[in-house]
Amino acid sequence: MKIKRLLGATAMLALSSSLALSSLARATTIGFSQVGSESGWRSSFSESVKREASARNIELKFADAQQKQENQIRAVRGFIAQRVDAIIIAPVVETGWAPVLREAKRARIPVVIVDRNVQVNDDSLYLTRIASDFTEEGRKIANWLMQKTDGKCNIVELQGTVGATAAIDRAKGFNEVLSAHPNAKIIRSQTAEFTRSKGKEVMESFLKAEQGGRNICALWAHNDEMALGAIQAIKEAGLKPGQDILVVAVDGVPDYFKAMADGEANATVELDPHLGGPAFDVIAAYLNGDKDIAKYINNTGELFSQDTAAAEYQQRTNK
Amino acid sequence: MKQTQPCADTLQQARLARYSPGSTKASARYLWPLAALILLLAVNLLLDASFFQLSFQDGRLYGSLIDILNRSAPVALLAIGMSLVIATGGIDLSVGAVMAIAGSICANLLLQADLPLALVIAAGLATGIAAGLINGTLVSYLKIQPIVATLLLMVAGRGVAQLINQGQIVTFLRPDFAWLGSGSWLGLPLPVWLVIAMFGLSQLLLRRTALGLFIEAVGCNATASRYLGINDKAIKLFVYAFAGFCAALAGMISAADIQGSDANNAGLWLELDAILAVVIGGAALSGGRFSLLLSVIGVLIIQSLSTTIIVSGLPAKFNLLIKALVVLLVLLLQSDKFRRQLSSVLPKWRKGGQA
Repeated sequence: MKIKRLLGATAMLALSSSLALSSLARATTIGFSQVGSESGWRSSFSESVKREASARNIELKFADAQQKQENQIRAVRGFIAQRVDAIIIAPVVETGWAPVLREAKRARIPVVIVDRNVQVNDDSLYLTRIASDFTEEGRKIANWLMQKTDGKCNIVELQGTVGATAAIDRAKGFNEVLSAHPNAKIIRSQTAEFTRSKGKEVMESFLKAEQGGRNICALWAHNDEMALGAIQAIKEAGLKPGQDILVVAVDGVPDYFKAMADGEANATVELDPHLGGPAFDVIAAYLNGDKDIAKYINNTGELFSQDTAAAEYQQRTNK
Repeated sequence: MKQTQPCADTLQQARLARYSPGSTKASARYLWPLAALILLLAVNLLLDASFFQLSFQDGRLYGSLIDILNRSAPVALLAIGMSLVIATGGIDLSVGAVMAIAGSICANLLLQADLPLALVIAAGLATGIAAGLINGTLVSYLKIQPIVATLLLMVAGRGVAQLINQGQIVTFLRPDFAWLGSGSWLGLPLPVWLVIAMFGLSQLLLRRTALGLFIEAVGCNATASRYLGINDKAIKLFVYAFAGFCAALAGMISAADIQGSDANNAGLWLELDAILAVVIGGAALSGGRFSLLLSVIGVLIIQSLSTTIIVSGLPAKFNLLIKALVVLLVLLLQSDKFRRQLSSVLPKWRKGGQA
């Protein structure tokens, strides 16, 4: 399926670029090294970049690294050898990027880092980094919850995988806001490893431990999947998620919008998978001679609540 | 009590030792795993007495103890299958991946309009048996080491499931299928009934026919059992297919539980929990001896531990360490040698132990 779609897209690109040849200069060629396709979010990120590229008449060379940095480095070297106009990297890990970025710089090819960070001493090695700020996501959702509950709330927290940047920073942002509200506190906190089934299992235990859930005012999950599992646990315990227990999370996956539209979840901050557009914008600006580009472009998503959930769900599933 | 391997004795003696009800060997095997389970539950009594509260609501029993039973179900099914595989001296690393495949097959079939439920379940189970047959063929007929043969499917299987799901989490809205995972019957969650049924059927099949004995004989010494007229290859093929069947059932329960198939995480690392449960149950990885009941008790120990950790309120980063320490303790308690050494250090224990 995917391959067919990809073939179709390439064929269309080839056609459109040959058409464009007659009128304009050659289309921009951009190499994109993606982590892999380990989650639904990642797949929609890849799809969005491909769609954006074909809409802008950009020739996109897509390389799936299957979660391995050595594959990514090989792909980037390949892009340099093919003399692409720019390179986009969604790095698997933060370290070990300096040598290959130096090669790209020597070849005068601008590199845009998207999503996760890279650690290099010399930030002239890449053009810019476009990502959402996990701490800011935590702050946004906490602010919404504090406003909703007037700062008085017993919260249970479902943490992401222990040690994951997303989990650490989202918790940091959330707790920062919480510290300003003395009547709000996290009464239970456990990891549910970012998965739906663990979210359900841990929430079941929380409900039992807090007098059948009567003591819990809100559930705060580090991602939507865990929240979706927990919502089922709340329902099975005979309570109404979204009313008896407020549900807030981060990510904005389509299933969660549906839960919000059904009144079973309250709010989420979208982790924007549409990083292709901003990346192509920056590259276009740079190639057109704009050398004054910020080193970090904040792409933190918006907060969505039940008000717009139904429309958003419609829009996200009709693509 | 690590008694002598049945291989060392004649099979007849081994049978006597295990089955005669008055035999000290038979009962002592159950002592330490059960003691560990009771101890773990006692810890919960100290942490929070409401742990043992059971109430009846919405036509089902409700409480932490029921949760433990319910959450143990997938691993218990895996452990039942794994017990047989380990009894033949093999191991099956692929069961977690098979769970993911069965879940993804069912989820995608459920999206097709109006397929009868029985067909979907049959397709899921058939997938598991097919996966088990692949493992079994590699191990018994192509003579590939079990750990390598099943590692293939462990790695590839998750990829197959991701391919079937096209990298997404496939969700479905089918209350009849969801009932498998979150429904209840006569007050108990349905997964618990499925485990009880599977356990009962397997126990009948293994102990009322010669099959159980054949499996242990093959695990003790495949060549010798072949000379005795046992078709060791067919026995091995059967146990892997059986493990695949159990894994598929477990996979469908977890998919039904969250009403979706998550190819990346369904059954992830559960094969290791299943192996651990079988080992806690006192089975030797070298093969030749197994007890389904002890394996299931092993699963209950692991799940009680997980639930205890969640309820205890300790920071999440301690989870794995605590789990490892408790498992180590359980295994040490089961070791004859360790207990002898301990009793020589503690004089009080010696008096009690000799009584």
